[in-house]
Amino acid sequence: MEKLVIAGREFNSRLFLGTGKFNSNEVMEQSILASGTEMVTVAMKRIDMDNKEDDMLKHIIHPNIQLLPNTSGVRDAEEAVFAAQLAREAFGTNWLKLEIHPDPRYLLPDSIETLKATEELVKLGFVVLPYCQADPVLCKRLEEAGAATVMPLGAPIGTNKGLQTKEFLQIIIEQAGIPVVVDAGIGAPSHAAEAMELGASAVLVNTAIAVAGNPVEMARAFKAATEAGRQAYEAGLGLQADNFIAEASSPLTAFLNK
Amino acid sequence: MKVQVNNKEVEMIPDSTLTQLTAQLELPVQGIAIAVNNKMIPRTEWERFTLHENDNLVIIKAACGG
Repeated sequence: MEKLVIAGREFNSRLFLGTGKFNSNEVMEQSILASGTEMVTVAMKRIDMDNKEDDMLKHIIHPNIQLLPNTSGVRDAEEAVFAAQLAREAFGTNWLKLEIHPDPRYLLPDSIETLKATEELVKLGFVVLPYCQADPVLCKRLEEAGAATVMPLGAPIGTNKGLQTKEFLQIIIEQAGIPVVVDAGIGAPSHAAEAMELGASAVLVNTAIAVAGNPVEMARAFKAATEAGRQAYEAGLGLQADNFIAEASSPLTAFLNK
Repeated sequence: MKVQVNNKEVEMIPDSTLTQLTAQLELPVQGIAIAVNNKMIPRTEWERFTLHENDNLVIIKAACGG
């Protein structure tokens, strides 16, 4: 498989993991290791003065893993820039998953604020990976603004509904000069494989692994599916017929008849 | 003097620095960031950054999230 390169850093794995919703830090850590991921997201919260002990960071810090702090919880570009500065200071990385979704019902990204924040954060030296709508025009604008990738959604966060935006993802992938990471909505390994077969550079998965009956096994399944999908893309898929008329794959010369 | 830390009142000696605050609250040095009155203060400045009465501090750390 070709290596994925984002902002000059090479990745052997094309599966990125989120760290939300796991039952324990231990299961989260085992799932991360089982997935083979080299990019893991982390959110921020205010320190609880009455419980300073809980430390999830030590479960995800690993020499091969790039931390990807997110800006979840911000409502506009201004708050996103503030959150980004806190993240850079706390985690010692300028990589950032920019996510601005002010509406809690659908958690859909605000395209206007996302573009504005991307422009600003690139100027401030951040490696910006924006979570965004599967909007081909917006994705080009984010690329022009200096985003390191675009991360269009397959479906709303946590829905496990798969690639509802498939046709638009295809346009985005076709036009992109930067890696396209399909984020949100990927609910099964088959969805991850489908995104990779389309030519996505990577997928970001969280809920589907974290809430699985056995998250560690599911992480392995996603690893295999992501690799299979990418291999299929690189191998070149056969063309799909536009009707159901069969094309024989065995010789039709009747060897039993005289 | 009193300052607000994550919406909780904290009593400090007047003219305390951020370094003194982190010691008093027994905060870890790594993995956190501090903003005073909505401005992020890099840790290289904690030593000489003095706090004032009613300063509003936000101190964050890592959390699980996607």
